[in-house]
Amino acid sequence: MTEAINISTSAVWKILEQVNDPEVPVLSVIDLGIIRNVEINNDEVIVTVTPTYSGCPATEVINMSIRFALIENGFKNVQLKTVLSPAWTTEWMTEAGKEKLKAYGIAPPKPMQQVCTPISFQEEEAIQCPHCNSYHTKLISRFGSTACKALYQCEDCKEPFDYFKCH
Amino acid sequence: MNNQLVNYLLHLADNTLILAQRNSEWCGHGPVLEQDIAITNISLDLIGQSRNFYQYAATLIGNSATENSLAYLRTEREFKNLLLVEQPNGDWAATTLRQFFFSAYQYLLYQQLQKGNDAQIAAIAEKAFKEVTYHLRWSSEWIIRLGDGTEESKDRMLNAVDELWRFTGEIFQPAAYETEAAKNVCGADVSALQKDWLKKVQEIFEEATLSMPKENIYMQRGGKDGVHTEHLGYILAEMQYLQRVYPGNEW
Repeated sequence: MTEAINISTSAVWKILEQVNDPEVPVLSVIDLGIIRNVEINNDEVIVTVTPTYSGCPATEVINMSIRFALIENGFKNVQLKTVLSPAWTTEWMTEAGKEKLKAYGIAPPKPMQQVCTPISFQEEEAIQCPHCNSYHTKLISRFGSTACKALYQCEDCKEPFDYFKCH
Repeated sequence: MNNQLVNYLLHLADNTLILAQRNSEWCGHGPVLEQDIAITNISLDLIGQSRNFYQYAATLIGNSATENSLAYLRTEREFKNLLLVEQPNGDWAATTLRQFFFSAYQYLLYQQLQKGNDAQIAAIAEKAFKEVTYHLRWSSEWIIRLGDGTEESKDRMLNAVDELWRFTGEIFQPAAYETEAAKNVCGADVSALQKDWLKKVQEIFEEATLSMPKENIYMQRGGKDGVHTEHLGYILAEMQYLQRVYPGNEW
């Protein structure tokens, strides 16, 4: 157990790199881009978190994991703040995070924001299959196994896969 | 405590909670797995929005109010949701049409709320607006697919329009708390949203080869002031059962 003397925010950020999203366990909360700020006030650590989707059930587990990780590392006084604005966007996901997603078999969000309009039947630019790298893929459902993902299928290797959709 | 602001927040929260509860009845019963997942994902988004509004309302009410007491321990006369969202699921046409009517309204509403002067309401709306955009697109596509589909799917969509249209007028007739919220620039003037809402409905109906209902159809109202159709009591009986029988129980 480390004693929390001379605590620095960079030490807190480092610990947070070890806290993973329970739904997509290869991504840390840093990779996801949901940690908006870390502040230290005397012996109190204040971590500001923004949710991905309003109803994401992982949010509470993530908050608890952050608290436990900091307590385990000697930070006794942890406060979590939730902010909704500015709203989270997949643009905040780190490049390292996108690579980890792909290696895990989930197509990462496209770097450019697209298709966030209500126009019917529009298609996103081709999404690359994370298994065989083909761009010959089709959308099965805009809603996947979790709020943040859509379901796709590769027309070449035929594998279905999740796409972490732009948001 | 500002009573009208609390009522306004409860109205916003009740709308999304009751529709979420209704949509979640499809869990395990969807026509195909992907659409079962879609409708329940929409439920989750809506529950998330409700929680944000209830949590904010609870901080204004103070005492021992929590998001849970507001959702689980109020009776139907205290619920301020639109009649539209409590209507039974019916078939897939009725469910997707109900979602479309509501999402088209939310899409306009949340744009207004983002511009309001209450930072918390604006933040909730900003967050939820992106989700609602997905819901609107998804439900629009179903109206077009079924309306411009087979003879049977078209019949079903026409029946759904007959069944649900009468509950859409209420959306744009402000309750006292909505008028107050609009006056204080933290809420939207719903009557001003009707024109754009009709335009959106018309656009999608045209693409779906459905004709718009006649004007001057009698519109049911009352939900915003707690006067509901027979259906809400049954929804609450199921949704609130656990907290009523085991008060304060937690997972």
